[in-house]
Amino acid sequence: MAELQFREAIRAAIDEEMAQDEDIFVMGEEVAEYDGAYKVTEGLLDKYGSKRMIDTPISELGFAGIGVGAAMNGLRPIVEFMTFNFAVLAADQIINHASKAKYMTGGQVNVPIVFRGPNASAGQLSATHSVSYDAMYAHFPGLKVIYTSEPADAKGLLKSAIRDDNPVLFMESEQMYGLKGEVPEEDDFTIPIGKAKVKREGSDVTVVAHGKMYHVAKQAAQQLDKEGVDVEIIDPRTVKPLDIETIVKSIQKTNRCVIVDEAHPFGGLAAEVGYLIQREAFDYLDAPVQRVTLPDTNAPFAKNLFDEWLPSPDQVIDAINTVTYRK
Amino acid sequence: MADKKEKTEEVTFTPTGTGIRTNGEIIRSTELPDPTDKKHDELGLSDDDVIDMFEQMYLQRRFEERAMQMYQKGKFGGFLHLYMGQEAISTGTAYALNDDDDIITAYRDHGWGLVRGVSPKEGMAELYGKETGCSNGKGGSMHFANVEEHFWGGYGIVGGHIPLGGGIAFANKYKQNGRVTACFLGDGAVPQGVLHETMNMSQNWKLPCIYAVENNGYAMGTAVHRHSTGEIVDRADGFDMKKMVLNGMDVFTVYEKMKEIAADIRENSEPWFIEIRTYRYRGHSMSDPMKYRSKEELEEYEKLDPVERIKNYLLDEDIIDEDKVEEIKNGVEDKVMDAIEFAEESDYPEKEALYDHMFVEDDYPFHT
Repeated sequence: MAELQFREAIRAAIDEEMAQDEDIFVMGEEVAEYDGAYKVTEGLLDKYGSKRMIDTPISELGFAGIGVGAAMNGLRPIVEFMTFNFAVLAADQIINHASKAKYMTGGQVNVPIVFRGPNASAGQLSATHSVSYDAMYAHFPGLKVIYTSEPADAKGLLKSAIRDDNPVLFMESEQMYGLKGEVPEEDDFTIPIGKAKVKREGSDVTVVAHGKMYHVAKQAAQQLDKEGVDVEIIDPRTVKPLDIETIVKSIQKTNRCVIVDEAHPFGGLAAEVGYLIQREAFDYLDAPVQRVTLPDTNAPFAKNLFDEWLPSPDQVIDAINTVTYRK
Repeated sequence: MADKKEKTEEVTFTPTGTGIRTNGEIIRSTELPDPTDKKHDELGLSDDDVIDMFEQMYLQRRFEERAMQMYQKGKFGGFLHLYMGQEAISTGTAYALNDDDDIITAYRDHGWGLVRGVSPKEGMAELYGKETGCSNGKGGSMHFANVEEHFWGGYGIVGGHIPLGGGIAFANKYKQNGRVTACFLGDGAVPQGVLHETMNMSQNWKLPCIYAVENNGYAMGTAVHRHSTGEIVDRADGFDMKKMVLNGMDVFTVYEKMKEIAADIRENSEPWFIEIRTYRYRGHSMSDPMKYRSKEELEEYEKLDPVERIKNYLLDEDIIDEDKVEEIKNGVEDKVMDAIEFAEESDYPEKEALYDHMFVEDDYPFHT
């Protein structure tokens, strides 16, 4: 094990996979000579050269599509978006081409591509730079979507994503790149796509939280621990395919659930998980499922409004109090 | 405060009128560059090659004429975008390129499939949505593909396949396999931003790719002069890209120029942007009443029919006689009728096929 920053864990995954497979290359804005906008790809240009570390112009649609075409024709691209907020410009290539080319051709092509980069908000950046896109892409068949919360998960799942022969979206967070954690160092360390993890065992309530929100949920759990509330936290890690079994198993034990999601409330992961829980665990519930999400507004800039906008540990505590009928 | 112009003129935006460039007035010489004056042997084509080209072009034509009839009879649904009038482009290109050079196109793709190994049976079955279709009935008219023979498919989002072509070329350069990619698009895709993003990267990265606009005069019902300013081919200038305009109604011209361009790309690994001027004889799709163009314009172009042109060449040069022409035509007709029979007798995909080809693995846990 080694203590690595989140960005170092991602870099290690890319580095180890590139060392093993000549067909893997990285393309995106500032990934090579600038060493990565968030220093994720630092040093990889020196190691792998400009054939495999490709700086692109600011043309998300174009380079995402070139990535898809290259994947169809036998390469394994890792396409970095400076943030998934900019990947909206490339949505046609992700949604209409990467996810559909295999199906439309009756299986004649595979698209082994990874689209990765930070997702959701990163402080006061106002409306266009603060959106969480994991559930939106998860809506579309043909895509796998991962949004991890800790360095070890990031490394293991990114390696699986790179080895996967289907298109995978791998989401990170600007605010987590410096976060440290213990990470296995073996070259063959991977975590299977589609498996949730019980990150904190508890008996009173199940909290489902992924990505940055896992840390918000964790803070809430630590606070409530002092008050004698035993919180179990499930991190789905993979949004699609979703491991609902692990969530249901936890609810069978705790009988209560709160979902924390850094997305807007309508049609997001919280809505989907909530639906699945009522279908799969209705008889186990002692209280209606609660969710903590962004409000149905755009992200504001003003500090006080932004803090109000982003889900907080206090909101999670309130939701837990509601489902446990404590207050 | 500066003076403002008085509001005297009526405000207009999109130019009005019909006709591919001239508001209905047909000035053919400005539309179509001269065809090559070379004979087939000067181009390195044998008599048999020319006969094959004719047979291939006639197959594309007849396949679509019959497909149109079947569509009108309600034998299958979906969209049906016909290639009729443009067959010299698919045929000339396929003969000019190596068999392992890559071709990708938009949704007007039947001719491209047929010239790249999709059999009439597999093509017709795909139109019918049968499991024996070239894309197992998953793609339909807009998504013919034969990847084994380097035809990467037709794609239905206007412009969406352009960067895929760039990416296929990128992979070829990466692997240094010497293959050239030809990415075809309609004039209607020229104003899409993704073309310009892809051209910029392709020139900067020296991708071995031809971006070829099949300018058939209309983006659906909008004439070229109404949707794109200036000359299409001049888009290349902004990227310092090599360019050419060529006559797409003559298969020898397409063959000659594509061969030259492919050779240049193999030599220099640099992309080209070319505008192939052509004409589509049918509407954009089957539901198109074609009010945007005149009957006279259509008739002018029908005089230039590329299939008639190569047939007349064969006769004029005494390569084959009328009897042989009839024999070829009858052979093609038989193939197409067999294809219809095959499509009609083939099974629809099994219900379970709904979930096939979504993911590589067989055990993907689909959401319910």
